[in-house]
Amino acid sequence: MTAPVISNVPEPSSVEPTAHRPAPRVRWRTPRWMRGTVLVWIAAVVLVAAVLAAVFAPWLAPNDPDRIDLMNQYASPSAAHWFGTDSLGRDLLSRMMHGARTALLGPLLVVIGSTILGMLLGLLAAWRGGWVDAVLARLFDLLFAFPALLLAILAVALFGKGLVAPVIAMAIAYAPIVARLTRQLVLAEKQRAYVSAYRVQGFGGGWIALNRVLPNVTPVVGAQSTLNFGYVLAELAGLSFLGLGVQAPQSDWGSMINEAQVGLLSGHYLPAIIPAVAVVLVVVAVNILGEEFAERIGGNKA
Amino acid sequence: MNIVRSVGGKLAGLVLTLFLASLLVFFSRFLVPGDPLSFLLRGRKPSPEAIAAVTEQYGLNLSPWEQYLKWIGGIFTGDFGRSMQYRQSVSEVLLDRLPVTLGLVIIAGLLITVFGLAAGILAAVKRGTWVDKTVVVTLTAFGAIPSFVAAVGFIALFAVQLGWFPSFGSGEGFWDTVRHLILPSAALALVYVVLIGKVTRSAMVEQLGREHVEVATSRGLSPAAVVRRHVLRNAVGPILTVSGMLVAGLLVSSSIIESAFGLSGLGSLLVQSVDRLDFPVVQAIVLLVVAVFVAVNAVVDLLQPLVDPRTVAGAGAR
Repeated sequence: MTAPVISNVPEPSSVEPTAHRPAPRVRWRTPRWMRGTVLVWIAAVVLVAAVLAAVFAPWLAPNDPDRIDLMNQYASPSAAHWFGTDSLGRDLLSRMMHGARTALLGPLLVVIGSTILGMLLGLLAAWRGGWVDAVLARLFDLLFAFPALLLAILAVALFGKGLVAPVIAMAIAYAPIVARLTRQLVLAEKQRAYVSAYRVQGFGGGWIALNRVLPNVTPVVGAQSTLNFGYVLAELAGLSFLGLGVQAPQSDWGSMINEAQVGLLSGHYLPAIIPAVAVVLVVVAVNILGEEFAERIGGNKA
Repeated sequence: MNIVRSVGGKLAGLVLTLFLASLLVFFSRFLVPGDPLSFLLRGRKPSPEAIAAVTEQYGLNLSPWEQYLKWIGGIFTGDFGRSMQYRQSVSEVLLDRLPVTLGLVIIAGLLITVFGLAAGILAAVKRGTWVDKTVVVTLTAFGAIPSFVAAVGFIALFAVQLGWFPSFGSGEGFWDTVRHLILPSAALALVYVVLIGKVTRSAMVEQLGREHVEVATSRGLSPAAVVRRHVLRNAVGPILTVSGMLVAGLLVSSSIIESAFGLSGLGSLLVQSVDRLDFPVVQAIVLLVVAVFVAVNAVVDLLQPLVDPRTVAGAGAR
């Protein structure tokens, strides 16, 4: 790689050590024609409901989510228990509301963490170019070889169960996706006239990068980054389903499904189906809204 | 020589990525604060013999680099160390569990290939019609279902409610095993059928709009021949590339599926080993997954010129 450290018109092929590589995460998307106004509104309602339930769970939940009532196992939905009760007689609605907190907080932290980390690394790679870019490209390739869930499992093996280690691991796993997009956008931005205008005025490269270029790429990168929310939610719920994430007795959608597996075999479907449906609904809602959001901002590139 | 150079470059990249991955897997242990011995023996009553055995196995009295060389050297001879939860070597434990995972992945792979390609081809050939829309809507809906939700749903519907398949265990003998693996494989395959279906559709639709297809049609070739010889052939490249990238996710999802269906494969072994603090097994499986993923993608990369000879010529010309 002989990319110049500071260049005005970089030859695209010489600064793109990874240009031939396809997008490393394959995703399904909702086709545009399917995202009608009604669907977008439904998605918004689902997401707002989930967020409200999570935020106000301690006040809104009709029952204590952890209160065991062995006289009332697998109760059918009723006025007292809208969603019925689970194998220990705990109120499913209350558990769902409290479970929404960990289910939504984890992905939120991962998206924020990976966006900040990825943007800084992508900016560094594009701005410095040369060996820095080459080394970072190698690092991203390496991280792409570790699926996010695998990295999270490794983190649990190292640091113990819970949400902290997996959230950090997933933020690292998702950072390269953000970084590649940032790098690509910054490379384009670097050639624009305003950057040389600042340079001529004597502003330092680092100042221009952080204060002028970074804000210009933030909306597009941010919009693309929110698209990861749904996948992270599903992956973290999967981790809790495996018993490696959120630990009992705390309620979480993933661990609720895990606990409900035994009841499933004896025909008690609700305790498993309700959290499962919630995961799917929120993932779909986030994706529909995220894509709508990304499209309006004009960053439909990743 | 173009081909020699590109193949050589790809192999060098493969080796480098594997080397870096092994560094990450090995040295990740050094991120844990405190004494490595107490980390490796967490949750166990360390007898003096156990301490001596772990110290010897990991070479804990050596420098970190010597420890790494000892570990990686062992792996080249098939020695992954000793399991902490079983009185066996890690490689014996892995070999015990391999058949189930292999069966699961093979059946899932068949399902993905057949249904993914069929859905994609059908949608592309009938593009713009209600058939296409039905396929795309169905795929989009299925694509939103995480594998553990698919597992739970399939168990509830097909195993418990309808009683068509067993819900638990891996069965005895060939046909019984296959019967036990169908439901898990389907749950594992679901998301990947969607992704392959979508890639197939978009790659084919792109080809269908090209001039060479128009020429072939105007030459009077039957629609089936056009699709087979001009559209599908050119779409194979992108489909292969995407398939390669999906392997990592497939392998990791199998740990969720195996745990849900009570199969004793490598995936459930990984989860169980994390649970039982058996770090040597965790390390081995993580490295194995990454190695398989990297190797499959290298093979896909090397196959590209066979599928589409232009990729080699293009690499040189550009």
